[in-house]
Amino acid sequence: MQEPVTVDRETANRELLDFVFSWPKWFFATTGLLGAVITLGLIIFLLLMIFGLQLFGYAHPVYWGFPVVNFVFWIGVSHAGIMVSAILRLAQAEWRRPVTRAAEVLTIFSLMTAMTFPIIHSGRPWRTLYWEFPYDWMRGIWPNPRSPLVWDPAAIFTYLTSTVMFVYIALLPDLALARDRVKNPIGKAVYGVLSLGFRGTTRQWRIQAIAGILLSALILPIFVSVHSIVSWDFAVTIIPGWHNTVFAPYFVIGAVHSGVSAVVTVMIVMRYAFGLKNFITKDHIDSLARLLIIVATVWLFFFMLDFMFGLYGTEPAEVDTWQRRLMEPPWTAIAIIFIITGYIIPVGAWLFRSVRRNFFLMFVTTVLVNIGMWLERYMIVIPGLERKSNLTFQYGDYLPSAAEFGIIAAQLALVIAGFLVFSKLLPIMPAADIKEGQILRDEIKVGRARVPATMREA
Amino acid sequence: MSASNSDRKRELLGLYNEPDDAADAVSRLRGAGFGGNDIEIISATPYPEGAFGEQHAKHRLFAFPFAGAACGLAVAIAWHIGAQIALPIVTGGKPVVAVPAIIQVLYEGTMLGAVLFTVLGVLFESRLPDGVGVYDDRIADGLIGVSVIARERRIPDAQIALEEANAVDVLSKDGSLMRPAAASP
Repeated sequence: MQEPVTVDRETANRELLDFVFSWPKWFFATTGLLGAVITLGLIIFLLLMIFGLQLFGYAHPVYWGFPVVNFVFWIGVSHAGIMVSAILRLAQAEWRRPVTRAAEVLTIFSLMTAMTFPIIHSGRPWRTLYWEFPYDWMRGIWPNPRSPLVWDPAAIFTYLTSTVMFVYIALLPDLALARDRVKNPIGKAVYGVLSLGFRGTTRQWRIQAIAGILLSALILPIFVSVHSIVSWDFAVTIIPGWHNTVFAPYFVIGAVHSGVSAVVTVMIVMRYAFGLKNFITKDHIDSLARLLIIVATVWLFFFMLDFMFGLYGTEPAEVDTWQRRLMEPPWTAIAIIFIITGYIIPVGAWLFRSVRRNFFLMFVTTVLVNIGMWLERYMIVIPGLERKSNLTFQYGDYLPSAAEFGIIAAQLALVIAGFLVFSKLLPIMPAADIKEGQILRDEIKVGRARVPATMREA
Repeated sequence: MSASNSDRKRELLGLYNEPDDAADAVSRLRGAGFGGNDIEIISATPYPEGAFGEQHAKHRLFAFPFAGAACGLAVAIAWHIGAQIALPIVTGGKPVVAVPAIIQVLYEGTMLGAVLFTVLGVLFESRLPDGVGVYDDRIADGLIGVSVIARERRIPDAQIALEEANAVDVLSKDGSLMRPAAASP
């Protein structure tokens, strides 16, 4: 790192808590707009419960559409937090400090949003209850413990609970800081209760450091399992294009690709919206862009494996699916756009240092990645279903309806609103962690150069 | 002062600008006969362990995830055994709950148990939740606190040790103990 965070502690406290204690006008305008979009989504959801799935563009044999695509997409974005936070924490990468909280919070809200999609997908949300809970024993309705409908909620619930716990434990020192700085007596009481009386004794700091590493080590296997299980929703079926052993690592690395890109996008927005120019520097996005080059290339490798395995067996249905994906309109155009936006443009650009250190270009390229990754999920889900089996007599194309687009917009608004409200109530950057980095940082002289020397915590 | 009053324990908190002064206060308190368990360093930022000459904090945090994992696995197995017994599905003698299909849920149960117990362990080992003892908001701005719990009759010794280490302020639950002229702004 060549650009250490060098503000003094008083400035760090003030700037990191500034958004929590102030009420900028844009906050009201933005939350109002997001609230309107979310309300639109709720109205569509209400209509869905009245009129059922006919509101969506399903046509036999395609009954998995936007809700499932978005479920996979938001689960993927949710992998950002743990990838960035846990791995960098375990690796004791110093530059992780300003990045971790935002990544973890993005995980929480994207995961919560992802959880709503299977419920929307069912069309009759109350019926999903007996997929999970054996509440209707008298009528012989049972959850099937062998089904992904049980695996998925188990994995997502574990991941969400673990992430919330992880964030809360890491938040304790910052809640105590907010308790000490807030003037409003109600705020002081609320932060006081939430901080559990954290004072910052040496014992508490030591346990904090160990807990960060321990929880990171525990959450990493959960993070891998969640998207593996999501991939098995597809891979344990016998649908051509889905029944593939490479799906679990392919989904996991794809999730990391879109998730880390989303973290970069969010960090750049935070830098300007929350006035965090002293804390989110060019070095941070440069480091993440280097990481993304590797992640994106591994993801491309798994995509090629998926393609190769699909063709290598010369199974007619599998070959047909790939032919549809790559050679038939509109899929050809979608495939081209997804490869260009998901890999060629961003990775090609990130090879240049000037792009990696340019906030605007990094914002654009990381948004492009997520457009590409969303299209990739669309390409995985729909073409496999669009085929004539032996007993398929009625056959139509899936065309997403306005209701589906409305739900997508509402869910995106929900994630942004969740992130914004969290940032308003709680410090979005780990103040104690950042200040610790400043204490542990020093410079040493090597020959005629002065270079940063950092002592590792814990 | 009655004997019971002199046996009562009270907390004093010295505030320091520099880590060196806080370390000096810890040495002086030790020299005055206060034990390591009675002295605590309080800061808004973690310092490297041993920076103030404090004792190594012993803990059993690493035991908690193992205990939690065992409990989580047990609950997940019990859930599946319950499902196997309870589900009246005719399967031709084959198990309702096949092992390859339940590994995922057993795994998630194990990991969830490990995480939840780790969090409990963190709170237990951090001695949280805790009613905040003597504390000052200036610690959030960078001052370092040295807290000592002493019997009433030893409070003057503790106060002298804290003040002599160049304290900015010395506080008890009732407020500042330093004379206004002595206390730095």
